[in-house]
Amino acid sequence: MSSPSYYQGLAKTMMFTIILVSFAPLFLITLIVGYQYSVAYKEKVVAHMRELVLKHDQNVDSYLDEKVAEILVLADMGGVASFHDEANLEVLHNSLVRRHGSDFVDLGLVNSQGVQVAYSGPFKLRDANYADADWFKAVKKHQVYVSDVFLGLRGFPHFIIAVLLEAGGQEWVLRTTLDFIAFNKLVENIHVGETGMAFIINRKGDFQTTPRRDMTAEVPFLKCLIKGQNGHLDLVRGRTTMVTEINPSTGQETIFMTSPIKNGNWIMVYQQETSDAFSDLNQARNLAAVILLLGGIGITLMAFFMSRRMARKVEVSDLEKDMMNEQVIEAGKLASVGELAAGIAHEINNPVAIMVEEAGWIQDLLDEGLDKFDNKHEIQRALTQIRSQGTRCKDITHKLLSFARKIDPTIKRVALNGLVQEMVLLCEQRAKFANVHIKTNLSDSIQDVAASPSELQQVFLNLINNAIDAMDPGGGELNITTRMDNGVVLVSIADTGCGIPKANLSRIFDPFFTTKPVGKGTGLGLSIIYGIVNKMGGGITVKSVLDEGTDFILQLPSAGGVEVVQSKDSIPRLLTTNMRI
Amino acid sequence: MVVMDTAPIRVLLVDDEAGFAEVLQKRLGKRGMEISIATSGTEAIQTLRAYDFDVAILDLKMEDMDGIEILQIFKKMVPDMSVVMLTGHGSEKAAREGLAYGAFDYLLKPCELEDLIDTVHQAINR
Repeated sequence: MSSPSYYQGLAKTMMFTIILVSFAPLFLITLIVGYQYSVAYKEKVVAHMRELVLKHDQNVDSYLDEKVAEILVLADMGGVASFHDEANLEVLHNSLVRRHGSDFVDLGLVNSQGVQVAYSGPFKLRDANYADADWFKAVKKHQVYVSDVFLGLRGFPHFIIAVLLEAGGQEWVLRTTLDFIAFNKLVENIHVGETGMAFIINRKGDFQTTPRRDMTAEVPFLKCLIKGQNGHLDLVRGRTTMVTEINPSTGQETIFMTSPIKNGNWIMVYQQETSDAFSDLNQARNLAAVILLLGGIGITLMAFFMSRRMARKVEVSDLEKDMMNEQVIEAGKLASVGELAAGIAHEINNPVAIMVEEAGWIQDLLDEGLDKFDNKHEIQRALTQIRSQGTRCKDITHKLLSFARKIDPTIKRVALNGLVQEMVLLCEQRAKFANVHIKTNLSDSIQDVAASPSELQQVFLNLINNAIDAMDPGGGELNITTRMDNGVVLVSIADTGCGIPKANLSRIFDPFFTTKPVGKGTGLGLSIIYGIVNKMGGGITVKSVLDEGTDFILQLPSAGGVEVVQSKDSIPRLLTTNMRI
Repeated sequence: MVVMDTAPIRVLLVDDEAGFAEVLQKRLGKRGMEISIATSGTEAIQTLRAYDFDVAILDLKMEDMDGIEILQIFKKMVPDMSVVMLTGHGSEKAAREGLAYGAFDYLLKPCELEDLIDTVHQAINR
């Protein structure tokens, strides 16, 4: 678990999780809000265009209506006779120009043969013959007629409003020419963005206003466009139609907004390239994309560095935990040594007492004199005794030191019986004090186990100490058995002590669980054992009957033929698995 | 109990550590005491049955019997005999318990011989 690849994997998992969790909402929000914004914005732009077109097409219509109305008022008030008088006509014309601006270029009266009998204006058009003019034919039919823009006799774009009058059983036509430039201004001013512009076109595809740029190349396309909408142009007045198509002359996707005016004879066209119309939207989209990109880069970089730093922190804290675990085991061991101390002290005390007395005895003999009796021999005997008691002390301290030295987690092949016997010897004195008889029944056929010897010592010492405690006071019998079972080495440590209440049985391996009085037990002993055995791949089971005794059974996997010297640098993980609270 | 100065003090030394008992026997013997050794509880009781003693020096930790148990038996058998307990460190609690059962005093091993002799004398002259 503690290999570098584990932490790399951890870092990767963290990185992808962070990226996913941070990116997903960002992406979704950008997508959803972006889509909704774009829809709303497009609707708004189109609505704006529509309003623009409608407003102007109303303007155009009302301009035309106004002019027609003015001519009609003139016709009603004046009468043919007053128009026939050219001087009078000129007065009327001048009054029109004065009161209504210079829109009315000229004013003329045409008789039923199409000849202009009276004229007031800048051109010399008196007696001009309009018999074949379209407008002259049309006005006879419609009473009032507004012509398309045409060049006419004067060779200058203009259009005509003609009104049919009757006087003396004869038909007359009062006609006026309207200034194209003033009319043109009505739509010329529509100027939106880079490409947005408006113009008026008639059903034949002739421009009724001058587009801002030369559009002659687009006429066939426009005609086609208008034709496609022929169906409802006549019917639906004041309704705009929007088409988005590739304009063949510019090659750009363009929005065409069309609206019929002048009873469907003319069509107001507003066109704007899509990219221009939605330029703000596109800018916003680009900005969002840049933010998304930068955010993504930021998130990825942050996730990368943060996950690496976190993984490193986890690694360090794992290392610290491992070290802490070692220290806990060490502390547990020292606690066991403490428990043994009384027995050990007594065990050392006896040879020390003998040595002190023998030394005193030698002093007695020396005071008496070496030559007396057999004193010389007696001194030699005493010295031999002192030496042998000294050796006894040394053995005891060695036994203790071999246990109390620092835990070495190196896994080795361990002959279990020998180790069990060592631990029994170490506890013998304590057992004697507690009136406990230790009986061992160690099978010769058991295989070696793969374990750290010093950790195993810890396991057995703790279990034996616990068993002795369980039989205090009164003493009892401690049976230690080893045997093979299905390729697993079983060690049973059974006491005849007080037993463990059922309620506590499930908690005995929990760290810091103890039934001993405060200051007597750390509550770590069994938890340490559990950790060590678990790490070895073994198991531990407990059978306990209250007031009859407890049997701890260890199942330790045999070493088999496997080479089991683990390298020192791999840090063992000790208590990580047994901290199961 | 009147002890004659000239007569040696008879001491029963009970200790399962034979080496210790023997050297103490020699040293106390040099100092005018008559020492009998018993290295187990049962041996001590047998010896006490056979002989009279002025004082018993008793180790509290014995293989076969508890020191307090032996003390109680001693006190039952010979109530007048003084018992001095001699014990290792860590058994002070048991030693104090022994005082309650009628022991005269206790000493911790290893102790100065003079202290032991003084205590024995005090025990006889109490």
